[in-house]
Amino acid sequence: MEREKFIIRQISVFSENKPGRLAAIAKALQEEEINILAFSIAEADGFGVVRALVDKPRKAYEKLSGIGFNVAFTDVIAVQMKDIPGGLYEIARILGEGMINIEYCYAYSGKDAAVLILRVDDVDAAISTIMKGGGTLLESSLFQ
Amino acid sequence: MAMFWNEKIETLKGKDLERLQLKRLKLTLSRVESVGFYRQQLKQAGIRTGDIKTLDDIRKIPFTRKQDLRNGYPFGFIAVPLSKVARIHTTSGTTGKPTVVGYTRGDLESWAELIARNLTMVGLREGDIFQNMVNYGMFTGGLGFHYGAEKAGITVIPSATGNTRRQIEMIRDFGVTAVHCTPSYALHLAEVAEDLGVDLPTLRIGMFGAEPWSDAMRGELEARLGITAYDSYGLSELYGPGVAFECHERDGLHIWHDSYLVEIIDPATGEVLGPEEQGELVVTPLVKEAMPLLRYRTGDITMLLSDECPCGRAEKIARITGRSDDMLVIRGINVFPSQIEHVLLRIPEVGNQFMVYVDRINHLDEMTIEVETNRAHFSGELSDLSRIQKKVVKELRDTLELRTSVKLVEPGSLPRFEGKAKRVIDRRETI
Repeated sequence: MEREKFIIRQISVFSENKPGRLAAIAKALQEEEINILAFSIAEADGFGVVRALVDKPRKAYEKLSGIGFNVAFTDVIAVQMKDIPGGLYEIARILGEGMINIEYCYAYSGKDAAVLILRVDDVDAAISTIMKGGGTLLESSLFQ
Repeated sequence: MAMFWNEKIETLKGKDLERLQLKRLKLTLSRVESVGFYRQQLKQAGIRTGDIKTLDDIRKIPFTRKQDLRNGYPFGFIAVPLSKVARIHTTSGTTGKPTVVGYTRGDLESWAELIARNLTMVGLREGDIFQNMVNYGMFTGGLGFHYGAEKAGITVIPSATGNTRRQIEMIRDFGVTAVHCTPSYALHLAEVAEDLGVDLPTLRIGMFGAEPWSDAMRGELEARLGITAYDSYGLSELYGPGVAFECHERDGLHIWHDSYLVEIIDPATGEVLGPEEQGELVVTPLVKEAMPLLRYRTGDITMLLSDECPCGRAEKIARITGRSDDMLVIRGINVFPSQIEHVLLRIPEVGNQFMVYVDRINHLDEMTIEVETNRAHFSGELSDLSRIQKKVVKELRDTLELRTSVKLVEPGSLPRFEGKAKRVIDRRETI
């Protein structure tokens, strides 16, 4: 199915909000030679979730679980943005007009383009809306 | 200026007192015959009612523990037909279910009488205005003090807890002369009044209980509120507050000898200790009808004082210095770590290991519970974690009747205990 190639597995890691936790995660990934392509931290009352796109998600999952972390896979999609003023608006407008609700997102600006990583409640609707609106979805094979 | 509500009984001594106590002990023994637990316990110990001929014979009777009351939930310890129970209160149990206590009309009358004695003893009478700043629900401190104060002819303001500014406004506007609350709340009240820049000129007496407090705290409360502060002791299983109370001397608490037979034991061995020896307070109530108890282990650490009190009343116990078990007192509410464990066991999204931290912030107790997230229930979504956190807070509040902070921690990160677990870190300084 068409949609499958656009679905990217993000790893979501539960972390207490205290010094050294991010370092512990990063060190574990380094030990397995896993590269982090993008990541963000969401925080709540005393804890947070570290979200990362990595090149070897299965290996990252196993490594982090193995040293005691709570890890889950989360399906996200990545949309290319023009790295100019208005680049985010172009994508956000397509999603807004298509009534796609964003649960959360984060972005990075790479060598070739800026990329918006999206967690939405309805992935299928988001994919078709973005494609219909003329947006460019990045295939998961580019990352993983 | 010794004042008495019931001078004859309050100052009863020697043979007269012993005769009354023995008569009432025998009556209590006949009352417990309708309680299955006691029928069985006395039979197992080989004791027949007739075997109790002197007050010392009470030592033949096995102790009753809080856990026994819990096992009798809900009405296993009620010795009268339920239709004769005029009121039911509950108190925190050691695990999931609360401990039920029942009162006949006669019990409510006896309880009010004891409170009236206490209030009169500290100098309150008709013409005084009393603001009762404790919880009025299932907690016995609310209604207990309320009816006792009414009986003593005092004007009562059932203000209950919360809204400190409003409490201060009432004290000032109504000319309140006496208050009852937890000592930590009294200190909070003093601070709020200072922040507002108001004084409380009519206030002269504060009665404080439900949590242990020091003489340093007494000095602080007296200076800041312009009152004389009295210690109040009681527990729901023995009606509620009013079991023992300080007189003007404020050198120990008079425990009402016509209503409670007192022993101090070594909590480890059960051996009965002498005067001035510190141990666990064991009480046999002598006038309770709905829920008579034999040798009830209170868990409170104190001692019998041997010197005579200038006020003329008898028997005194020292102020409570601690607990023989792991019960915590948080904002005046009793909490057992086992209750927390019981709540967590019901919530699959979190682990069963936990740690409890108790702090005092702005003079009020705060309890923080650390609990591990559960791998099998981790979705990766922050919102799900927040929902789990709120769920734990709510379940704890429903069971403990206490607001707590819940901190989710990583699985496997809490200490595992071999042998006796030390799950509670109490960081409060003595008040």
